[in-house]
Amino acid sequence: MSIFINNDTKVVVQGLTGEQGKFHALRNRDYGTKVVAGTRPGKGGESVEGIPIYNTVEEAVDATGANTAMTFVPPPFAKDAVLEAAYAGCDLIVCITEGIPAKDEAEMYDILKENTSSRLLGPNCPGLISPGKSNVGIMPHEITIEGNVGVVSRSGTLTYQAVLELTNLNIGQSTCIGIGGDPVPGTSFIDVLDAFQNDPQTEAIVMIGEIGGSAEEEAAEFIKKNVTKPVVSYIAGLTAPPGKKMGHAGAIVSGNKGTASAKIEALTDAGANVVKNPTRIGQAIKDVV
Amino acid sequence: MNLFEYQGKRLYQDFSIPTPKSIFVSNISEISDDHGLTYPVVVKAQVQVGGRGKAGGIKVAKDFDELTKFSDEILGMDIKGHTVESLLLEEASNILEEYYISFTLDRSAKSYLMMLSAKGGMDIEEVAEKNPDDLIMLHISPSKGLDSETIHKSVDDAKLNENYKVELSEVISKLYKLFVEGDCDLVEVNPLAITDHGVSALDSKVSLDMNAIYRHENFKNFENEIPIPVSEQFAKEKNLNFIKLEGSVGIIGNGAGLVMSTLDVVSEHGGMAANFLDIGGGAKAETVTAALEVLESEDNVKSVLINIFGGITRCDLVANGIVEATKGKELKWPIIVRLDGTNSKEGLSILEQHTNEKITISSSMDEAAKLAVEGAV
Repeated sequence: MSIFINNDTKVVVQGLTGEQGKFHALRNRDYGTKVVAGTRPGKGGESVEGIPIYNTVEEAVDATGANTAMTFVPPPFAKDAVLEAAYAGCDLIVCITEGIPAKDEAEMYDILKENTSSRLLGPNCPGLISPGKSNVGIMPHEITIEGNVGVVSRSGTLTYQAVLELTNLNIGQSTCIGIGGDPVPGTSFIDVLDAFQNDPQTEAIVMIGEIGGSAEEEAAEFIKKNVTKPVVSYIAGLTAPPGKKMGHAGAIVSGNKGTASAKIEALTDAGANVVKNPTRIGQAIKDVV
Repeated sequence: MNLFEYQGKRLYQDFSIPTPKSIFVSNISEISDDHGLTYPVVVKAQVQVGGRGKAGGIKVAKDFDELTKFSDEILGMDIKGHTVESLLLEEASNILEEYYISFTLDRSAKSYLMMLSAKGGMDIEEVAEKNPDDLIMLHISPSKGLDSETIHKSVDDAKLNENYKVELSEVISKLYKLFVEGDCDLVEVNPLAITDHGVSALDSKVSLDMNAIYRHENFKNFENEIPIPVSEQFAKEKNLNFIKLEGSVGIIGNGAGLVMSTLDVVSEHGGMAANFLDIGGGAKAETVTAALEVLESEDNVKSVLINIFGGITRCDLVANGIVEATKGKELKWPIIVRLDGTNSKEGLSILEQHTNEKITISSSMDEAAKLAVEGAV
């Protein structure tokens, strides 16, 4: 097993006709992902390298049985694109788009939660890959091998670094997920930790966080109570210059949370092995599996 | 992007939120006797740092002589490392009561948060800590919004002055409208005052969500008015996320997480980063060329570490950028390049064809960081 995607995942790409959408959708297909459709209003009936284009996600779902959407639509239209995919019945929506206004993200999250059962991953995330099964997103699949370690991260490129450290030691991955670093991510660390805990294929978990916000502290609390599988963690930004506080309101909401040391302390307290350098992730996992 | 007080108040005016009558000046010569304000007038330093009052950056003038005298004193003053480059001259208010209000996004709750307190005008963080009951915290559903009934109830719960309930509720509703429609990350008023002229927002702390710049014409104007450090100007023109630091190892990477972690690894090898520079996702060759140009103008850089892990960014394009920036050039410092991920083979082969004795290719982040630290000595 793997989490969120598997051999039955059928992908419709929103924005397949754009440069990025096309490049990564074709890479996903070359990897073996079932990329069954693309959408672009006004271009229905056309095709991109054999992938049929539809005007709407609903048409694409009806015609191809797509159950997952991957979104490359530019920020001004991203909220509507994600909602369209949800209303068309996609179970999973992977939103790669970077630069969506926070208000759009908050509204989108709220509407999805109230009205649909779709899972949103991202926005501003690299997507996810279950090695050997499916790659939905922009992660470089060359660095992955199939195995038993689940990887979850807030940062895109740092996810790849962590995966590579595992692969270099011949440790495979069950699923690698980038949840994105935007203010309102559709899927949280906790959602992914919960899924990994319940996934029989996953034996250990790598969790990559970074300074800012309180997502890592909340994840630490969840780990303490609910995760029995070994967790190795790395928090980026220990030596980063302190950022500007966002007024008093921000300080009251975040309290002492947000610094690298607060996050490291919370995760260590929850029983995770927190390494100080991402290049040690591989060895730390090797020690526990 | 954090705004100055006067910029926030311009937004208040756009949304009909009452503020004292004021004029904005950035030069003493702009102040003449016919300014149209009624004395006393408060001279307020426009700096983005707390505690300006205690530092002498706020003074009350009773006549034109004092107005010019105080303005002259405060302009150019240094407040906690910030030079005062402009002033807000504002009619003084006769304050009867001072409240606190803010709207922000609560990331953990994934909803908006309104905070309201009758104990404004003072350190609200202290109120939150010592008397949490005096601070109303109300979560607002982003899709449903804030209705007037809820506002009325909050005014009651916070024990604000009953006699001003209608007026206060109207102002709160307008502030929420500004927060949402204005794409603000933060709208904070402390104090929101009852004066003898009614409810008035005496201060403003507003932060804008720059991802929404495409739907707000005024964001660009505000941005142009905010001075940025000279060292970061060039990078900004090139659309690069650059922060100057104190060390000697120049850093170029893609993605904030990877760049921060590169800083961490450099520090582990005994070095110190000269900067943070994120070329972002999907960078083109010219982005990389521009990044190297930015570091060229930095005196403290003694070696450069380019750490790229391609995902949406393609390593072949990054390699082309490095070649473009260094071709036929006598380089000031060694460059250590580490390329992995999308199209890394193509990228490495481009670099290998373009040999430059100062460029070293490394196959791992750890080794690359070590080489860069050694190269900076």
